[in-house]
Amino acid sequence: MRVPLSWLREYVDLPAGTAGRDVQAKLISAGLEVETVEQVGEGLQGPLVVGQVLTIEELEGFKKPIRFCTVDVGKANGTGEPQEIVCGARNFAVGDKVVVILPGGVLPGDFRISARKTYGRVSHGMICSARELGMGDDHDGIVVLPPEHEVGTDAIGLLELVDEVLDIAVTPDRGYCLSLRGVARETATAFGLPLSDPALIDVPGPKAGGYPVQVTDEAGCDRFTARTVTGINHEARSPIWLQRRLQKVGMRPISLAVDITNYVMFEVGQPLHAYDRTRLNGMIGVRRAAPGEKLTTLDGVERVLDGEDLVITDESGPIGLAGVMGGAHTEIADAGVPGADGSPEAGAGTTEIVIEAAHFDPVSIARTARRHKLGSEASRRFERGTDPQATSAAAQRAVDLLVLLAGGTAEPGVTEIAVPAEPRTVAMAADHPDRVAGTRYGRETVVRRLQQIGCYVTGSDDLIVTVPSWRPDLSFPNDLAEEVIRLEGYENLPSTLPRPPAGRGLTDSQRLRRRIGRALAGAGYVEAPAYPFVGTEALDALGLDADDPRRRVVTLANPLSDNEPALRTTLLTGLLATLRRNDGRGSHDLALFETGLVFHPREGAGTPPRPPVDRRPTDEEIAALKAALPDQPRHAAVVLTGAREPAGWWGAGRPAGWADAIEAARTVAREAGVELILRQDQHAPYHPGRCAAFYAVAGDGTEVRVGHGGELHPRVTKALGVPERTAAMEVDLDVIEFAGAGHRPSGPRVSTFPVATQDVALVVAADVPAAEVEAALREGAGELLESLRLFDVFTGPQIGEGRKSLAYALRFRAPDRTLTAEDASAARDAAIARAAERTDATLRG
Amino acid sequence: MSAPNKSYDPVEVEALQPQQIEQMRDEALAAIAAATDLDALAHVKTAHAGGGSPLALANREIGALPPQAKAEAGKRVGQARGAVNKALAARQGELEAERDARVLVEEAVDVTLPYGRATAGARHPLATLSDRIEDIFVAMGYEVAEGPEVEAEWFNFDALNISVDNPVRSEQDTFFVAAADGSEDSGMVLRTHTSGVQIRSLLERELPVYVIAPGRVYRSDELDATHTPVFRQVELLAVDEGLTMADLKGTLDHMVVSLFGEGMTTRLRPNHFPFTEPSAEMDMLCYVCRGESVGNPDRPCRTCSSEGWIELGGCGIVNPKVLIACGVDPQKYSGFAFGFGIERMLMFRHNVEDMRDIVEGDVRFTLPFGMEI
Ligand SMILES: [Zn+2]
Repeated sequence: MRVPLSWLREYVDLPAGTAGRDVQAKLISAGLEVETVEQVGEGLQGPLVVGQVLTIEELEGFKKPIRFCTVDVGKANGTGEPQEIVCGARNFAVGDKVVVILPGGVLPGDFRISARKTYGRVSHGMICSARELGMGDDHDGIVVLPPEHEVGTDAIGLLELVDEVLDIAVTPDRGYCLSLRGVARETATAFGLPLSDPALIDVPGPKAGGYPVQVTDEAGCDRFTARTVTGINHEARSPIWLQRRLQKVGMRPISLAVDITNYVMFEVGQPLHAYDRTRLNGMIGVRRAAPGEKLTTLDGVERVLDGEDLVITDESGPIGLAGVMGGAHTEIADAGVPGADGSPEAGAGTTEIVIEAAHFDPVSIARTARRHKLGSEASRRFERGTDPQATSAAAQRAVDLLVLLAGGTAEPGVTEIAVPAEPRTVAMAADHPDRVAGTRYGRETVVRRLQQIGCYVTGSDDLIVTVPSWRPDLSFPNDLAEEVIRLEGYENLPSTLPRPPAGRGLTDSQRLRRRIGRALAGAGYVEAPAYPFVGTEALDALGLDADDPRRRVVTLANPLSDNEPALRTTLLTGLLATLRRNDGRGSHDLALFETGLVFHPREGAGTPPRPPVDRRPTDEEIAALKAALPDQPRHAAVVLTGAREPAGWWGAGRPAGWADAIEAARTVAREAGVELILRQDQHAPYHPGRCAAFYAVAGDGTEVRVGHGGELHPRVTKALGVPERTAAMEVDLDVIEFAGAGHRPSGPRVSTFPVATQDVALVVAADVPAAEVEAALREGAGELLESLRLFDVFTGPQIGEGRKSLAYALRFRAPDRTLTAEDASAARDAAIARAAERTDATLRG
Repeated sequence: MSAPNKSYDPVEVEALQPQQIEQMRDEALAAIAAATDLDALAHVKTAHAGGGSPLALANREIGALPPQAKAEAGKRVGQARGAVNKALAARQGELEAERDARVLVEEAVDVTLPYGRATAGARHPLATLSDRIEDIFVAMGYEVAEGPEVEAEWFNFDALNISVDNPVRSEQDTFFVAAADGSEDSGMVLRTHTSGVQIRSLLERELPVYVIAPGRVYRSDELDATHTPVFRQVELLAVDEGLTMADLKGTLDHMVVSLFGEGMTTRLRPNHFPFTEPSAEMDMLCYVCRGESVGNPDRPCRTCSSEGWIELGGCGIVNPKVLIACGVDPQKYSGFAFGFGIERMLMFRHNVEDMRDIVEGDVRFTLPFGMEI
């Protein structure tokens, strides 16, 4: 809402010298978001006067037509002689009144005017266009004034060229501030000054003979005022002051009648509609549209109506979308302007007008405006709630202006339809605002503040507050408390700290996630959270089978991109895209991780219920709400490529590979106290020979699969455009957390007896997993085994085709004695025997 | 150690002539003097002062001497060994000094060589900033509450007094989940704030409730320098007996002091949200200029555009309608809540100019933030 300070002063007698910034500061403090204060005509300096064109000489021989004019500027130039001015515009004629800036004047933008030679003549000043005067951007032509203004008159004052305009972002609860009336009320309160309310005017009561109106939908329209003005001079134009005010609030002047309805809307906040009475066909009605009914609106678009749309009708059918936009057929017309529908009356010009001022149901208007994507200045106000008591006054203002400016005659008949309604009251304890704010205002302040916003207050400790008709947002004690607190100043609230009961700190799960983040970052991974949007293409690139569960996705109804309409089922799509982006930007050694949710539709889940909100939902309703949601487990994943360890002066580097990815899974699991069990697997998107499935044993002894890792399939790296041999892993953190639940390491007994070490090299078939050999060795070695480490894997002709040698270092120690060589050898032999039994291992000779 | 010898051996006795002992000593001293480095000296020490050295053997023989010769021989051998040990120690000192002066210098390396062998990783600054904010409130007794990102509309809107007609429930603002059966309305959205977690907390927890709800949220904006459709929020909810706007203000003040240092403060401006009443917009004092740039064109501030304040987010007293929807008696309990986006805070706290840098996952952006911020 744009508010010219000059207009505002009409209702609030602000002290002289009060600047727009002062008003801005006060209104911000009172809760109006005044975003800017525009300085209209900043830097403008006279002499700028009304002139009359005496002669025009067309200059020939230039690229564009140029006029050499003499202009009567009265005594403004000191001599009274005609002023000689060169001008490039052509939209004026001899005898026209124009705006002339004389040498010494300055136009906005520091454009200094002096006598200067141009096009072979000396120009002593300039004839001004609207744009040059800062009156608006939509006119390049010269301003031609109505003839009644005298030459030599100061045009800065005449055209109100210097002003300040506040721009206010009005929140949805403060519809009344979409008017000068509302902003003036706030300004008056903020400055402690009286308000002269533009809606507080004498209005006639209902009187027979008004235009007939029948409201059949009283829920949609509880108030309808209709007034008729006849004998309108359709050639009358809006006076300068009216045009200027509309320009300053951001409306383009159109025609006198339209300008007046707009003016009144900005003045009192009541949108009006003006009908050409000669085009109305019988009684005006207000009803819901019949589904499929059609209406061509003012913008020339034919709209198919919905059964919920509220329409204004006459006997021919709908003539307007109530509160949103009028119809083309009954539009008022300027002289010489053809009707929008090309009707036979085209060009006749409207001389009889029916003014509609109504109050519509905000929700209905909002839905219609949204349904037809047809927001208007009117609908903006109706959907926030207008003042139902203001319709008569607004209609009267329009009638007065039509009489005054268009020479019309008000018909005596007044149509007033009003659904009877009690004033709305709110009961509130007088100290409620104190208790909400946490400070003490006292009853007197509370009552005074409520009265300032227009409330009528009775009662002592328990107040009965009758709220003003223009404040539909005030329904509950907290609404009133907010009014008191904001007028007393949010900035004056004290600052205190509540005392919560002792908290339990982060949960195990939250701590685990932080540990995992730090552990992975500590291992060289960079956290890279990606958007969770995916498309089929990305899932195809991963090489997922048609029946892979990761293809069952949750889809968005309105995705940002049609290529990515679904929510991720794996973190790898996002991580690999991030890896590719980094690689493309020249970072080739990459290790990335993400922890986040993935989404799986829940089989057979219905739609969540919509319990009412005037009570707590039942436990069944809560359960149903949760059960309808997709499964949203938290995953952790890494991807890596390039060098895991760079080459340098110390020697060779080490490429990142499948083993790093699998180790990252172990790192994650270890933080949860889970020892991963690894099995060779074949699983997209991994290389079939280089993929591990990860398992964990839960507290109840069951084995659960937690994820996969390894090297990506070459088809996948190719399809995704990521480097070959890129490795990855992904685990389900919820499952890992479940498996590690209750994990609490117990302190080992540290033996101080000497260690006995034994190395063994075992030869097994190449496809025997090292994990199995190790498990057998551990089992066979028994309790004396302190640790076991695989220190070499060897293949070659000495070992034999299809076989490999695994070399282990075994460390034995007893808690209570020094082991003898025999003890250690016996344990070692038992370990080898078990490995031989389980894996056909033979001792390498 | 050898046992005392009762039978005297004339040959051995012969061996303890004074000249012989002097000779052993002189040979030892000569060898010590001739040792040129610490390794050589160690060999000399073994040969001339070790357990098998001539002097050690001679010393062992003293026990076999007749008592009248013992004292004399003992004294001679002792003096000789003393001289050798002294010379050894002296030479040891000389050679160590020489090594320190020469050899260690020769072993010098260029310690300024780079060693990026184990490359660093980092957590994302949004995660660590969120952690940091959580920690501030956990220290006050709040608990961290979480919830799903695909949320029922009832939790995300209805229970928060956001009516079906509120424009935020349009496709311009909210991502809607498509219904599995193709029907129009799934009743589910990508949560537009973590307020659904507040509702869940009120339904699930015992009163009083003091929770902080961080997490990812979604709004259907295109990614540009200042917007992202996927962002992180921190919301706070406190519901207890007698909570006030002053408590809200104090809590916000405490947060900005914890995050930005002493002297920081917040400012509330009236605003409107369906889920709070009264509602406010919260600003924090510009931590760079502390408001000094306002009306001071000589000292403009880029962080706050010389406004003196930085907009943080929305807050207010929990609308009693929200309490009612969660079965909390608004006559007895009141609450306050606030929420803000962490991206914006990261941007002004760490001079990030472009939102895209935060969301694109470029390692060059993330690495400098390390493990904590
Ligand atoms: Zn600043």
